[in-house]
Amino acid sequence: MTFEAFMQNLMNGVSLGSLYAMIAIGYTMVYGILRLINFAHGDLVMLGAYWVFYGVAIFQLPWWVTFPIAILLTTLVGIIIERSAYKPLRNYPRINLFAAAVGVSFLLENLAIVIFGGRPKAFSRPGFLDSQIKIGNVTLVSYTLIIIVTAIILCALLIYIINRTKVGMAMRAISKDLETTSLMGININHIITIAFAIGSALAAAGGILWAVKFPQLNPLMGMAPGLKAFIAAVLGGIGNVWGAMIGGLLLGVVEIMLVALFPTMAGYRDAFAYAILILLLLFKPTGIMGEVQAEKV
Amino acid sequence: MAVLLQLDHLVKKFGGIVAINDFSTILHQGELCALIGPNGSGKTTIFNVITGIYTPTSGQVHFNNEDISGIKPDQITGRGIARTFQNIRLFKGLDVLGNVMLGMHIHIASNVAEAIIRTPRYNLEEKVMHTSGMELLDALGLADFAHAEPTSLPYGKQRKLEIARALATKPQLLLLDEPAAGMSPSDAEELMDFITSVMQKFDLTIFLIEHQMRVVMGICPRIIVIDHGEIIAEGTPEEIQNNNRVIEAYLGVETHA
Amino acid sequence: MAAKRNLYLTLVAITVVAILLWFAQENLNPYYQRILTLSAIYSMFAVTFNLIFGYTGQFSLGHAGFAAVGAYVTALLTMSPAQKVANFFLQPIVPFLRDVELPFLPALLIGGFVTVLVSLIVGVPALRLRGDYLAIATLGFSEIIRVLLVNLQPLTNGALGLKGIPSNTNLLYAWGMLGFCVFVCKRLVDSSYGRAMKSVRDDEVAAEALGVNLFKHKILAYIVSSFFAGIAGGLLANLISTIDPKVFYYTLAYQIVGITVMGGMGSLTGSIISASLYTIFLELLRPIESQINIGSLQIPGIPGMRMVIFSVLLLVVILFYRKGLMGDTEFTWDALFRFLRKPKGRNDQEGKVA
Repeated sequence: MTFEAFMQNLMNGVSLGSLYAMIAIGYTMVYGILRLINFAHGDLVMLGAYWVFYGVAIFQLPWWVTFPIAILLTTLVGIIIERSAYKPLRNYPRINLFAAAVGVSFLLENLAIVIFGGRPKAFSRPGFLDSQIKIGNVTLVSYTLIIIVTAIILCALLIYIINRTKVGMAMRAISKDLETTSLMGININHIITIAFAIGSALAAAGGILWAVKFPQLNPLMGMAPGLKAFIAAVLGGIGNVWGAMIGGLLLGVVEIMLVALFPTMAGYRDAFAYAILILLLLFKPTGIMGEVQAEKV
Repeated sequence: MAVLLQLDHLVKKFGGIVAINDFSTILHQGELCALIGPNGSGKTTIFNVITGIYTPTSGQVHFNNEDISGIKPDQITGRGIARTFQNIRLFKGLDVLGNVMLGMHIHIASNVAEAIIRTPRYNLEEKVMHTSGMELLDALGLADFAHAEPTSLPYGKQRKLEIARALATKPQLLLLDEPAAGMSPSDAEELMDFITSVMQKFDLTIFLIEHQMRVVMGICPRIIVIDHGEIIAEGTPEEIQNNNRVIEAYLGVETHA
Repeated sequence: MAAKRNLYLTLVAITVVAILLWFAQENLNPYYQRILTLSAIYSMFAVTFNLIFGYTGQFSLGHAGFAAVGAYVTALLTMSPAQKVANFFLQPIVPFLRDVELPFLPALLIGGFVTVLVSLIVGVPALRLRGDYLAIATLGFSEIIRVLLVNLQPLTNGALGLKGIPSNTNLLYAWGMLGFCVFVCKRLVDSSYGRAMKSVRDDEVAAEALGVNLFKHKILAYIVSSFFAGIAGGLLANLISTIDPKVFYYTLAYQIVGITVMGGMGSLTGSIISASLYTIFLELLRPIESQINIGSLQIPGIPGMRMVIFSVLLLVVILFYRKGLMGDTEFTWDALFRFLRKPKGRNDQEGKVA
């Protein structure tokens, strides 16, 4: 591989990894707080992309109006899901919560099939995302860089919220011990809703950029990025936001590099993340940044 | 008397927090020993280390002269240690008798295929489990509730059922984690009498955790007091009552509560 | 003796059902036969999922993958060499698979065994842990299987799928296999091992403290579950006669979750009732997805609407009626007699309410 090709693949991998990271953060935050795998999270990725599609194609809105609206709408959906489907089950066996998550995911996908149509739709990139950039001998499409930059900004913002604000502190406290935190006079419901909102907003942003990178939409498109992002979260250490970012980046880079080095393996690219998961479960179930959580007995 | 359980310099750390620090003691066969200490002093952690739920950071647990530190909880139960939990953990999906029969599952000789085919050997084993389960319930005064849901039992009976379930595994050593928690003084006293009678009937060694000292004063010949994961006193109830460190660390907390 | 009476009643009922099935096979129109056969296959999916989820508390979402493995293995073993050669025109099939042709029953059983072997690759690492990764690992398993089905051209014919699978599955095979599956599962959950499985579901820490080997009992449920799910997949392949990787999309697992939860977690009877109702209603509701012409008026169908209704119903059950149809109770003769004995009181009560 020449240096140029390597750099090109690396940047590609980093941008794919940034997308995984953005989506993984939502998973990891919800899991950290509620110990729930939110199967519907991937479907929020799909929703984010579709809102933009409709905003641009039907309502002819400019991208700088559509993007924030799409993120807002998806966040709203995320909050509604949490309030209506997850909150009532919080005190039931967790297996009910899992079934509810599957139910919500299934409903969103089926609604999308009915409302958006089952046939794939072509997503057209705004022009500024589609130009060629040349750095030295390395040619990149502008979206590759913009995805990375957006991800860095959003993650920095999130880290700031988690480490420097009261809400962030409450989130960290809840993920350590929900019951005790509620005894401290912190409004648990409020914090959980905020966590869902942040996660959903990031999923929407991830979904929009996903559609920019892979410009074909279909109602089940959220599942694969969702699952892989979850694996990235496990890879980084579930419940840990830094871990989700590192895990996402790692997964993206390795996926792209593997195909670059072994082109015959391209067909198996989508199975690769799951193979990582299995190896991870066998050898290091706590992930890279994960700490061993002692179960309270 | 033979040594049954030997704890050697047990240390358990969670991250930077030391939950147990250099805990050593010996339990002889037929002994009834109490472990007391204020909340958060590491009592349950010691039980969790003995029963394999936690692996000790350092130190060993010897049971019948075998090092059992670090092996899995179900294997430790198989070696002859059974326990109850501070917050009652009965199986809601099984009836009272089912909870007890589950305790006997560990001794089943028939394999799964035999259980599905219902071979004569399996049927016999199931029948024996059923009869001895009923006997056990009868001995503990729970026979009338055999087919009730465990959560429908009154609190005190649920505690007894947990003991019955633990006995079903045929243990040599029984660990009781705050069996009298949440009981009135008179109920607690009755339970303690019950525990001594069970101990004699089933030829057991008992190690029990209690939060309130007066509950164990009457029945336990030996008491170990811990605070911050360390032994601060050990001896007969009289010795403990007059120990200054205990009064300071333990009773001091008690008066505030 | 009530026990003896119940045994006789069961034997009589099985005979009657067998005769009815045989009669239906000879006389019923093929469309209804197909619906009934599908009901049995979905019942098997639901019963097997209930075993691992409802009784053992492990959220395994690998049913689409299990069904796929069972379907492909059974299909490839039952298709004639000539048929296979015709199918694999892009890349020839591996010689061993080309030449083998087995009767249906051994092919089904081999399909079940292969499904177990393949499913253990994710089951063993995921079930060893105390945690929630099983759901993701098994969902990932379904995806891996699909990726493999698309890419292993000489084994699976890739995205083209398999066509002309012999239509071996009929009412007797499907309901017979379901009967076998229910028999094994029921005997298992009612045994000492079943008690241990339920204890794992209710409280892993307490179960382990009572000497229950968590991994052993989880993997036991997982193996039985994947074995019969593989067989159900084989039955499906030999019913619909054309399969490709898209048939086994992960949403199949979601449907099975829905059917099982609606029937009642921990009730095999509930799973069967729910699966049958599901299959029948899906057929009854077919018209809403296709265009309806009333004179010159055309009402366009709404493709996908049935699944929306189904998923809304599922959420309603999960949120407001957690027990589903049957809760964790089973059909028993005693319950039937109790029910028959006091219909009067029931009517009285209803009268009062009205």
